[in-house]
Amino acid sequence: MHESTLEERAKVKRALGNISPQLLLIIILTTMVISLSLSSPFFLTWSNLRNIFDHSSLYIILAIGMTFVISSGGIDLSVGGVAALSGVCMAVAMKSGLGVGAAIAVGLLAGGMIGAANGAVISRLKINPFIVTLGFMSVSRGLALIITGGIPIYGFPRAFTWFGSGHVGPLNPPMLIAAFIAAAAALALNRTRFGYYTLALGGNEEALRRSGVSTRFFKTAVYILCGTTAALCGLIVTSRLNTAEPLAGWMLEMDSIAAVVLGGTSMKGGRGSITGTVIACLLLGVLRNGLVILSIPAYYQQLLIGIIILTAVVFAEVRPRKALVI
Amino acid sequence: MPQNKDRAHNEPFIRVINIRKSFGSVVALDGVNLDFYRGEVTAIVGDNGAGKSTLIKVISGVLSPDGGKLIVNRKSYNFLTPSQAIELGISTVYQDLALVDCRDVATNIFLGQEPLKAGLFVDKKKMNRESEKLLNRLKVHIPSVTTAVEFLSGGQRQGVAVARSINQRGKMIIFDEPTAAMGVKESARVLELIRSLGSDGFAVVVISHNLHHVFSISNRICVLRNGRMAGDFRAERTSPNEIVGYITGTNELNTEVVKRGIFNHA
Ligand SMILES: Nc1ncnc2c1ncn2[C@@H]1O[C@H](COP(=O)(O)OP(=O)(O)OP(=O)(O)O)[C@@H](O)[C@H]1O
Ligand SMILES: [Mg+2]
Repeated sequence: MHESTLEERAKVKRALGNISPQLLLIIILTTMVISLSLSSPFFLTWSNLRNIFDHSSLYIILAIGMTFVISSGGIDLSVGGVAALSGVCMAVAMKSGLGVGAAIAVGLLAGGMIGAANGAVISRLKINPFIVTLGFMSVSRGLALIITGGIPIYGFPRAFTWFGSGHVGPLNPPMLIAAFIAAAAALALNRTRFGYYTLALGGNEEALRRSGVSTRFFKTAVYILCGTTAALCGLIVTSRLNTAEPLAGWMLEMDSIAAVVLGGTSMKGGRGSITGTVIACLLLGVLRNGLVILSIPAYYQQLLIGIIILTAVVFAEVRPRKALVI
Repeated sequence: MPQNKDRAHNEPFIRVINIRKSFGSVVALDGVNLDFYRGEVTAIVGDNGAGKSTLIKVISGVLSPDGGKLIVNRKSYNFLTPSQAIELGISTVYQDLALVDCRDVATNIFLGQEPLKAGLFVDKKKMNRESEKLLNRLKVHIPSVTTAVEFLSGGQRQGVAVARSINQRGKMIIFDEPTAAMGVKESARVLELIRSLGSDGFAVVVISHNLHHVFSISNRICVLRNGRMAGDFRAERTSPNEIVGYITGTNELNTEVVKRGIFNHA
């Protein structure tokens, strides 16, 4: 009886699904690159492009962790705070005489631990991730302020600042880190049980549980991953500025969530795209850069990025739902 | 019946002993005792809210009971976890199907059992291949195993859920209203499958409101009413009318049956 209408719906949804958001992003990105290179001879120079890639790298690393969290049906608002806290931990570790490698490990561990705390509270006590990670955003920011007394720490060994301002041929270390993480994450999300369960968590957590999978374990793992990528951002920001700043990474959570949604990952969970996230980060990077090149005031940048994100959300979330009602 | 003879030599695959479960003030299961045997199709019937789904969720580890125990392979458990139940060989087709809508058919069929390549990467090709084979064998018609489950019709979705439970390669398979959304042809296939699983030596449990179906596939019919066992019959020794009487409560507990020992499978 319902067979034919179901088939119809399926067709409509499939047709809409075929216009992949990633393809749309690539078209927009190409258009932007072409028009910017036409309007400014400076845009296509390697030093400008490197600048764009360098800045985007930071967002790519962070947004990849966020992609896992969002496609598992969660959200992590603590990433900015965690980035600051791990930067501070690395700084304190180095100032107290620890080697660069060990100091970085301490910082990454701190990020992973906040992630684990997020995950444990969310999965064990079944509290809304929005509230929990909002809490840990304050906790980590607060800890960063307490540890430093509110005063930035600066002046680190060469081996440390290399991560932010070193060179590997024509590239910078953050680009290499971002490229490596993006490749590993794409494999992990699409080809491993961890990725399968991340998406199943977002699609139907109870079904995953009934299939005998420990949803607590995998949910916690997803937040640990996100905490660790946030800590990596802390490393890059701290080494780039040669300063551990307790207020670093301000609004980083918003930027990364925006990139993830723009990249076609569903806020409802169950669907996630690493490629989409990477392209979206590049797109936002080109956009910021273009606005600077065209000397549009910073206030307008904020407004424009907001509008773009709203449009992306409307495209991603509303259209399919309408199609289903047809 | 050959099943009867088998049963005489066999221990029950699982014994449900005095299981109780409440949700707040709602008593869903009020001391249920029931044994399930391999090679036998047991139907559980009862009105809406009688506790049928709650009972099978306790058996499959989805809910932990407030009291009572389960005995599987002579080992006693106060509760099972879903992974324990699956390891013990208990697979379930849930009433709500428990499918991940946004994932494709093969991924759903292998959920929690994904085969690995090089110990790390999910072998999606193998999953697709085996899902196709399995669906063909079950005669579930789905155009492509890479279609997301959300695009399927109700009957196809039930087919996927059935395929997953078979794919878990258990010893006991529980069906909670497996044909509710299926057409005549599809239901006939699933009923045939259920019957053949019984004669292949599985312990099969079917929950259904369709007494016609129940009588056509079961060896044994158990009635649940208000969270208690209200009757336990050999299918060939009862009638739809009698069963309806026990479901609605116009027949009281079949004490004759209990005295004859059939109820306790002595
Ligand atoms: N998760 C729950 N929370 C609260 N009450 C529940 C829950 N699950 C079941 N119940 C209640 O327990 C009782 C038994 O429900 P159950 O689902 O086992 O019935 P059922 O026999 O499967 O009915 P149906 O034939 O409608 O599927 C009902 O009164 C139901 O409302
Ligand atoms: Mg039910």
